[in-house]
Amino acid sequence: MDPRTPWQALTRGDYLRGGWPWRSAGYLASGVLVGLPLLAVLLLLAVFSLVLVGLPPLLLLGVALGGAERRRLRLVDTEPAADPHRTPDEPGLPAWLRLRLREQATWRELAYALLHGCVLWPLELLALAVALGGPLALLATPALLALDGQEVRVLKGPLVTTYPGACAAALCGLLLLPALLYGLGALAGARAALARMLLAPRDAELRRRIGEVTRSRARLVAAFEAERRRIERDLHDGAQQRLVALTMTLGLARLDAPPGPLADRLAQAHDQAGRVLTELRELIHGIHPQVLTDYGLDAALTDAADRSAVPVDTDIELPRLPPPVESAAYFAVCEALANTGRHSGASRVRLTARHTGTLLRMEVRDDGTGGADPSGGTGLTGLADRIAVLDGRLTITSPTGGPTVLRVEIPCRPLCG
Amino acid sequence: MPTPLRIVLAEDSVLLREGLTGLLLRFGHEVVAAVGDAAAMRGAVAEHDPDIVVTDVRMPPGFQDEGLRAAVALRAERPALPVLVLSQYVQRAYAAELLESGDGTGVGYLLKDRIGQVEEFVDALARVAAGGTVVDPEVVRHLLRRHRDPLAALTPREREVLALVAEGHSNGAIARRLVVSEAAVGKHIGNILGKLDLPPAGDTHRRVLAVLAFLRA
Repeated sequence: MDPRTPWQALTRGDYLRGGWPWRSAGYLASGVLVGLPLLAVLLLLAVFSLVLVGLPPLLLLGVALGGAERRRLRLVDTEPAADPHRTPDEPGLPAWLRLRLREQATWRELAYALLHGCVLWPLELLALAVALGGPLALLATPALLALDGQEVRVLKGPLVTTYPGACAAALCGLLLLPALLYGLGALAGARAALARMLLAPRDAELRRRIGEVTRSRARLVAAFEAERRRIERDLHDGAQQRLVALTMTLGLARLDAPPGPLADRLAQAHDQAGRVLTELRELIHGIHPQVLTDYGLDAALTDAADRSAVPVDTDIELPRLPPPVESAAYFAVCEALANTGRHSGASRVRLTARHTGTLLRMEVRDDGTGGADPSGGTGLTGLADRIAVLDGRLTITSPTGGPTVLRVEIPCRPLCG
Repeated sequence: MPTPLRIVLAEDSVLLREGLTGLLLRFGHEVVAAVGDAAAMRGAVAEHDPDIVVTDVRMPPGFQDEGLRAAVALRAERPALPVLVLSQYVQRAYAAELLESGDGTGVGYLLKDRIGQVEEFVDALARVAAGGTVVDPEVVRHLLRRHRDPLAALTPREREVLALVAEGHSNGAIARRLVVSEAAVGKHIGNILGKLDLPPAGDTHRRVLAVLAFLRA
């Protein structure tokens, strides 16, 4: 596995040969480049804005710097640091400001900005000077001696006048460089850890975000379900009624038409309209079966078993359950039955569905050849997601040679009555 | 031309309501009230005391199965009132619930597609009005595709006969369809009733029970 941070890289033998010393140096050097103007801006804001308009410009600076620093962090940390801020519920700058003011992350970013602008970047500059500047000066001693011709002061210290002395100094530099590069890596690692601590989301912030994602997923599934019902209703109340009226008109016309080519054409049109009506009815049933709404999962599953291409033995005993549960469970079983018909080569399927206590359990077991790949079709994956939204589980076991067993478990309470 | 019937029609789609009224009129029947929701239907029945009620399953205000609910309630109040329910759903649960209301005679469950088969529809209407039990052939076809008990004990010929019984045909009509004698049809029906383990009762009622067993299986 590749190291994620300089610290991890330090523990490996090939640290010096890899890019990590240079990435560490780059991180510290760019920190200096950010730090210097930052200090200037901080001073400017401290003098003017704080007196005139208060905190907002300073907070803005903190938030902006936080974003930039999280990106810069990727130089020495391959795992991106997530944005700890929330998205405002309403558009506009005032809402954004109000939200940022309430967030702990904003204040951590401000603290980071002050820390970096006033303390950290000078330290980084010093570290770079020692770790890179020192050895480079030592290495350059022979060259400097040649330029000067007389004498060279090594690092403002001992005086070197001979070439053997100068070469010894260069040798020292060569030996010192690797050790100092290790130190540089350690420092960059510490610096990155500090940045991550202040700028990355805390556990509570992550948990809150997961909560938001879970809720929004549930909302999506509910919206998807509502949309299906709306489409079903529109087709049922619109196109289907008109088609029934059309077949009725054609049927009456056939009664009146004298035998001949016209009557034959009418008969054809009548048959075609009838077939369209049948197809439309099946289509509507596939979108959202009304029997599920009117009679519940028990009757809908029995109906699905009736329609299956492979004979199904049923053992179903269910009370009425909450609509989202009934819907997710129904479509999971339909998909399983359809897959059995398509792939398994099964001659018989057993469908069991029971509700005990607070758990709905369903099992679809076939006597086919097995070897089904649950990740293959998007159908079942989507259904597993839908069931997961309800805190349920969908599992498939399908060893080669069979049988394929699909189990669905959804925690739920029966509706009263 | 069959005996003219006085009909209460409940259908929320104006297009279909007008169309059906015209169709029934053409065959000599009289639509005494054409209404758009279940409550109005019950009011119209109380007012006009019709020979038969024809109603849609799905109606306002909830657009679920209000029409069927009202039909079942009507049957509980007036067991002798024939009711024909028109539906878009092939599912047998609807038909079974309807047949279980009252004593199962004088009820019909037809798909709306059937309206297009004008003569078939008017014929079914007359049979229901005369106290027959009619289940849409499409629903029956779906049922016959099943491979489950207790119908597994029936021979293919007996299943065929039971399907025709469910569609509401008389023994004579079944005999003509299958090109056998009426006595043979009677014998098949006797066998079916025996195999389905139905309690002894009047012939009409046992036929209804057989159809119900078919729907509920």
